[in-house]
Parts: sequence; C-alpha cells; structure tokens
Amino acid sequence: MTQVQFTLNGHSTSADIPPWVTLLDFLRERVHLTGTKKGCDHGQCGACTVLIDGKRFNSCLILAVSRDGAEITTVEGLADGPILHPVQQAFLDHDAFQCGYCTPGQICSAIGLLNEGRAESREDIREYMSGNLCRCGAYTHIADAVEAVLEASK
Amino acid sequence: MADTSGFIGKPVIRVDGVAKVTGAARYAAEYHTEDLLHAVAVSATITRGKILSIDTEAALAVPGVVHILTHENRPDTARWDLSYRDMVGPPGHPLRPLYDEHIHHNGQPIALVIAETFEAARDATVLVNAQYDVEAHLTDFAVARASAYDPPKRRMGIKPPQPRGDPQTAFATALVKIEAEYHLAAEIHNPMEMFAATVILDADGVFNVYDKTQGALNVQFYLTQVFKLPAKKVRVIAPYVGGAFGSALRPQPSVYLAMLAAKALKRSVRVTLSRAQMFDLSCRPETLNHIKLSADSTGKLTSIHHHAIGHTSAYEDHQETVVNWSGLLYQCANVDMGYKLIKLDTMSPGDMRAPGAAVGVFALESAMDELAYALDIDPLDLRRINYADHDQNDDKVFTSKALRDCYDQGANAFGWAKRSSAPRSMREDRDLIGWGVAGGVWDAPYSPVPTRARAELSHTGHLTIISGAADIGTGTYTIATQIAAETMGLPIEAVTVRLGDSKDPFAAPEGGSMMAASVGSAVQAACQKLQKALFKAARDLPDTPFKGRKFKEVAFRDGQMIAGDVAVPFTDIMTAVERETLGVTATVLSNYLSTQKYISYAHTAVFAEVRVDEDLGVVRVTRLVNAVAAGRILNPRTARSQITGAMVMAIGQALHEETLTDHRLGRIMNHNFAEYHIPAHADVIDLDVIFVDEADTRVNPIGAKGLGEIGIVGTAAAIANAIFHATGRRMRDLPITLDKVLYSDG
Ligand code: FES
Ligand code: FES
Repeated sequence: MTQVQFTLNGHSTSADIPPWVTLLDFLRERVHLTGTKKGCDHGQCGACTVLIDGKRFNSCLILAVSRDGAEITTVEGLADGPILHPVQQAFLDHDAFQCGYCTPGQICSAIGLLNEGRAESREDIREYMSGNLCRCGAYTHIADAVEAVLEASK
Repeated sequence: MADTSGFIGKPVIRVDGVAKVTGAARYAAEYHTEDLLHAVAVSATITRGKILSIDTEAALAVPGVVHILTHENRPDTARWDLSYRDMVGPPGHPLRPLYDEHIHHNGQPIALVIAETFEAARDATVLVNAQYDVEAHLTDFAVARASAYDPPKRRMGIKPPQPRGDPQTAFATALVKIEAEYHLAAEIHNPMEMFAATVILDADGVFNVYDKTQGALNVQFYLTQVFKLPAKKVRVIAPYVGGAFGSALRPQPSVYLAMLAAKALKRSVRVTLSRAQMFDLSCRPETLNHIKLSADSTGKLTSIHHHAIGHTSAYEDHQETVVNWSGLLYQCANVDMGYKLIKLDTMSPGDMRAPGAAVGVFALESAMDELAYALDIDPLDLRRINYADHDQNDDKVFTSKALRDCYDQGANAFGWAKRSSAPRSMREDRDLIGWGVAGGVWDAPYSPVPTRARAELSHTGHLTIISGAADIGTGTYTIATQIAAETMGLPIEAVTVRLGDSKDPFAAPEGGSMMAASVGSAVQAACQKLQKALFKAARDLPDTPFKGRKFKEVAFRDGQMIAGDVAVPFTDIMTAVERETLGVTATVLSNYLSTQKYISYAHTAVFAEVRVDEDLGVVRVTRLVNAVAAGRILNPRTARSQITGAMVMAIGQALHEETLTDHRLGRIMNHNFAEYHIPAHADVIDLDVIFVDEADTRVNPIGAKGLGEIGIVGTAAAIANAIFHATGRRMRDLPITLDKVLYSDG
C-alpha cells in the first residue's frame, strides 16, 4: 500500500492504494466515482478520460500512485451545483450522445482540448477528439457541441 | 404553468440528458455494496475439444482470491436445454458456460476467478491452467461453404423466402443482366460499455441483478429457469444501458457467471468482461450473397435472384431475414430467393443493428447499381422505374410508403442532378470523387407480444410512467415522457418515466425498432385509461362539479380536468377523492385483423459522396444524406441521433469493420479497438438526415415506425456504389479496406 494525496474534484483526498491499481479503477471501485467510464482498459477508447492538472488523460493507463499531489477532475466535478459546465450544457443542447457511456470521457476530452487552445476549426476538433470513440455515433453532434463552445470562447 | 401540450413531434431535450452529462447515470458495473466481490472470467484458448483438467492452485494462492468456479465445482444449475432458452434465442442448444468439459468456441468461459478486489481476480486469471483434449475445428467460411444447409427449424419471426413467377426463364431470355457475389465480414457490436453484471444479494435472499441488457424481463426469465429460482427471488434492473445494438438482447455469460458466483458463495458479486472477451460474445454473421438481376431495355426488372449463406455456431442455428428484402423493395414478377446456413466453430452470431437487412440490402442495392450501369440508366431513375406500390412478398397493402419523397428530397439536398454518370469522371486535386445512391428498408413491426405500461398520478400532480422496457440510448425515456405529458396535459417536468426493472409491467426486449411504437402506444393507452379513472373518481364525488358530464366532453390540459367552464386541477381531484396515488395499467396488442391486410415498412434513400486517393487507397466518406420515411417522428432531435448513429456504424461496415480470425487457432486475433477499427471522429465528416412527411394511421395508434435500424440499411451500398463511381472498380467485399482499393481489379 502506498499513501497518496490528491485534490479530487476540489476536495483533498488521501488514500492507501496498492501500486498496481489504475487511476480509473481507483475512481470507480475505491471511491465510487463511477462517472468515469471503462470502455477498454487499454488506452484505446477514451471513455476513461479525466483532467489532471487541467490536461486530459486516459485514466486506465495511469497508476493512481503515480499522481501523488495532482489535481484531478472527473465528470462529477465539472458542474457548479445545478449549473452545468458550458461543455456539458452544449452536449445537452446538441444531443451529443445517445447511450451516454462515452459522454463523460468526451466531455472531459473536449474541455482538455479547449484548454490546449490548439483547435481552431471543426476539422481540428474532429482530429483532436479522435481518441474518444462513440459507438452510438454521435460524432457530428459532439463536433457541433464543441464547436459551439469554441466559437463562444473566441 | 409551463407548456402542457404540443410535445409529440417536438425536439424535446433528452430527459435523461443531465444524468448522462454529469456522470450520475449508473450502468451495470456501477452499483456497489459493502463486501462486494469482483470476478473475472478465464477464456478457453482452444476452439473445439474437451477440458482434461483445470489447475487452479496457483491462482487460489493469490492474496485476495476467494474462490474459483469451474465446471467441476459449480453449483447446481438446470439440466435441460429448454431452461437455457431465453425469449429471443434461436433454435439449438444454448451455450452453458462452466457446465461441462466441452469447448464449442475459442474464448468460451471456462473458469471464474472471484476475489476481494478486481485486481486480484484479474491477475489470478493468468495462473489458471487448463489442459485440453483438442479436436479439429473449422472457422473458415470459404471452406465450410460447400456444406450449406437449410435450417431445419425456423427461428421465431423469420419468414421463409417465397419465390414467385418463373425467374429462371426470365433471366435466361433477358437482354440485360448481371450476376455477382457479395461478401460481408463478421462484425462485432462493440457497445462502449463493457458487458458486466452486478448481483447484490439482499437480506431477504433476493438477487438484485444490475445487468447490461436490452430486456430486463428476458434476463429474469432466463435466470429463474437456469438457477431454479422463483421470480420473486430474482430482480433484474437496467435503467441505463451503455449501447448494445443487439448484443444485449440475449442474456450474456457476464450475468450467468455473476449469478453462479453469487449463488455459490451467497455473496454479492460483480463480473466485468474485458473488451477482448466481448469479441467472443456475439457478432453479425459472415454472409455471402449471390445475386442475379435481369431487366428489359427500359430498365424494368424481369427477374431477381438472391441466395444467401450466413454463418452460425456449431450449437445453435442463428437466422436472419437476409434475402426477403429483394422480393419486396422492387416490383418484379419473377423472384427466386433462398437462405442457408453454414456451421463454424465460433460463438453463436446474434442480431446486430438491422440484422439481415444490413447485409442483404447491401447486396441487392450494389447489384441494382451494377444493373443501372449495364443499362446505362441513372441509378436513382432505375429505382423509380421499378418502384413497388404493393408488397409482393405477402400480397399486402403498405400502411404508408413515402419512398418517392425520399428519392426526391434526398436527391435535391445532395445535388444528385449535378452528377456526371461515368465512373472516374469527377476529380479534385489528387482525389477521385464518387457519388452513389442506395435504398433502405426495415420492418415497422409492433411487438409480437403484448406490451404493458403503468401510469400513476400522485396527490402532488406528478405522473410516473412505469414499464419493463429499456432505453439503450434510443430515447425511450424521452418519447415516453412526451407522450405521457401530452396525453395528460402536464408539463414535461411533471412526468417521470421508470424503465428497465423486471418487476415492472411487461415489455419485450428492446430490439427490431419496435420499442417506440409498442411502448409509446402502451404509454398512451395507460394515460388514456388514467384520464378515465380520474374522471370517474371526480364525477362520483358527492358534490362533483362534473355532474352530468360525459367523458368525451372532458379535456386534460394545464394539469387540470376541464369541462366547459369548469376546470379543476388534478391535485384538487386527488385531495377530494382522498387518494395518495391513482394508478392504472394498460396493455396493447398488435391489431391482428389489420395485419392480415396491411404491412408496414420504413424506407430510406441514402446518398453518399466519397473521395478516393488512389495512390494510397484511402477512402473518405465526405458526405452522407439519408432521406427517411418512417411515419410520425416523435422527437426529431433523438430521431436524428438514431439515424446519424446508424450511418456512422454503416461507415464502419463499409470501410473498416471485420473480425480477423487465425483459422489455425480458430481465434479472432484483432479483439481490441486498436486492430478492430470502429469509426472515430476523424472518419465522420458531414451527415445529413431528412425526415419526409409520412402520415400513417394504420401502423399503430401513435403512427410511428421506429428508427433504430433503418439508418444503417443501404448506407454501406451507397458508399460502395460511390467508390465505383469514383474509381470504376466494383467493391463486392466488405469492408472496403485500402488494400482492396489498391489491388482489387473489381
Ligand atoms: S478505458 Fe481507458 S481508453 Fe478505454
Ligand atoms: S453515446 Fe453511446 S457510445 Fe457515445
């Protein structure tokens, strides 16, 4: 067991974690933040995307103990009470999902992308969001949602 | 008060949307209880044979491992095949994981490691060591093809194709004809949510089963049969399903194994399958179509021949409606159709989005394009020339068919008139550009079994709709809310819909695009019944303001019951009749008499633009326009998502998706998202959906045809036809990967 300390969705959290536990399994199984999804466990789908210090990461590829001291934000930590994050609101407005399973990862990834500041066009959005698979095929609506937030922020 | 009418047909925002964008929606693997155990399955590494022994000693020694189940120490389960047959399974002998030593396909579960943590269970699986007696296997379709057979027992709902006229003579004597074979690889459903089941055993000995399923009642039925438990001891709950596309119609080994462990240990258990294991659950069958078409010089079809072979497992006869569409889509007096199976040592295929049609219509619509070129007639015109106004398969009248409008409006939106017909005639920079068209068709069935829904009004004026139906992302929650709010005259916020619980009123598993029509009609019927109950309760009050009124004079609006100038809020009525809740249940059935005369289908016309870089073999689908005639569109927002989602899956079918089996091992080798490519953001560029008006008063009480499947049908053919137009090379083998674009001579 290794003791680690995170800021998790704004709250200081400490835990004893065996070193082989991924950040994804830590979130889902040990602190029951199940908003972050597991779609492959191999870094191939993006469902597990979270924000670490503002950057997007596949949490299934990260051992929890390796992020001691980090600030971690999951989909549960995006809204301000009943006020949704602009990206969450845009997903709702553009029907950017069906089953909703890839959605937390898409939203965290989109926020990460906007933080990166390198997406300038719809093409860019499509390219830089390609690590997040959606089997329901909501891609055009996801692009609409992200584009709307990008435009509003310009 | 907010709006209380005009909801049906409006783009109401998904009522479960906030839960999904905030992470609050919980899926099967996301329920927790103290002392929950975690289990991981061990998969067979041979394809056919027997387990001689399983050594679990080393695995059991891993700290945290609690128990390992195998066929040698499993708890007792039912003995007869019948007990393992679920509501939608095909004829045959359903697979029984961990039942005995026999291995029927690679990846079949042979053991279950149960541990205190997921990590311990997962890590211990690699230490489970099975010895096998290996038998020869066959997984190669091309080799098995010679032994195709007619399925001796029909699967429920699959109609045998009925030939008509004299197709042989018509073909032999025709002036213009084409003949070709079209092959489609097996595909994997791959919903994003991994298959999982969490069984929580409560203090009353009830197994609360959170499962990934399209039919909570089907899973409950199956578990009670297999584990010999009374229905009240097994509750199956699936409020949110992370996609399924048919893969969760039948109970999967995840739920079987979770129950097995919970029963053996009398503990709560979660089983999650890995993505790789999900490639061994179910698939769209590999299918070969042989088509011959002939026409006279004006383009009128004189014969249609469509024979197909689909693969199934050694233990079940999975069947689909592959060829019948060819007797239906175009007017033709002479039709020959046949459908056979071959057995391969794989898992049983299952229904995947538009089962049968997605493969059969691909072949027919590719062949129609070939015929159009043979005739030198525009492919869209050829379809107009052969338009079917009457269903010749069953000699029935269409309840509605606005396919002509799909042709017109789709062509218009796409700009089809600007197409130059010769292959290789459109080019920009390095890219060849191609435009293709195809048609699509799918059943608009009503659930073959009665569908029930319950409506409960509380004293606070809140309406709850309850049904055992599922929402697999399709929007059932939302359309049920719209229908209920509209019928009762309540705002959207005053309605809650509860789905996916086996203790609730019966609905068939969500599949075949019948959910919206069946559940929608049941919800409407339940609300109409509730109106009557409310009216009766109010009228029977001693000092009723509705004295002498008849039900038909009463309106339900703004949360009130209104007759003439009397308007009483529901809440006042509930207070007056001293009721906490007023609830009714309604059942709807398909109208048998009308199905004798009428038949219903949804139709589409799909237009595709591709850009092909011939040097690299890269194909990009730059535009897809899908014009859909599917009766009344209950919610254009969720409807559009259903169609675009299916179009995306069609891009995968056309260009990317195939299982690659090493036939020496009998194993699917590309069992992950890196090597089995499903469309990603970069693959999907511009999708347009047009819903053409199609009033249909006969199909069902709400006039809707269902949209879950139709968007994929024909779309891959439109893409393949566009590739022909771009390159002059005919692609008859899906997926059209770049090696085929580079090297096939077409
Ligand atoms: S679960 Fe992490 S990328 Fe798929
Ligand atoms: S919304 Fe279902 S996978 Fe994206």
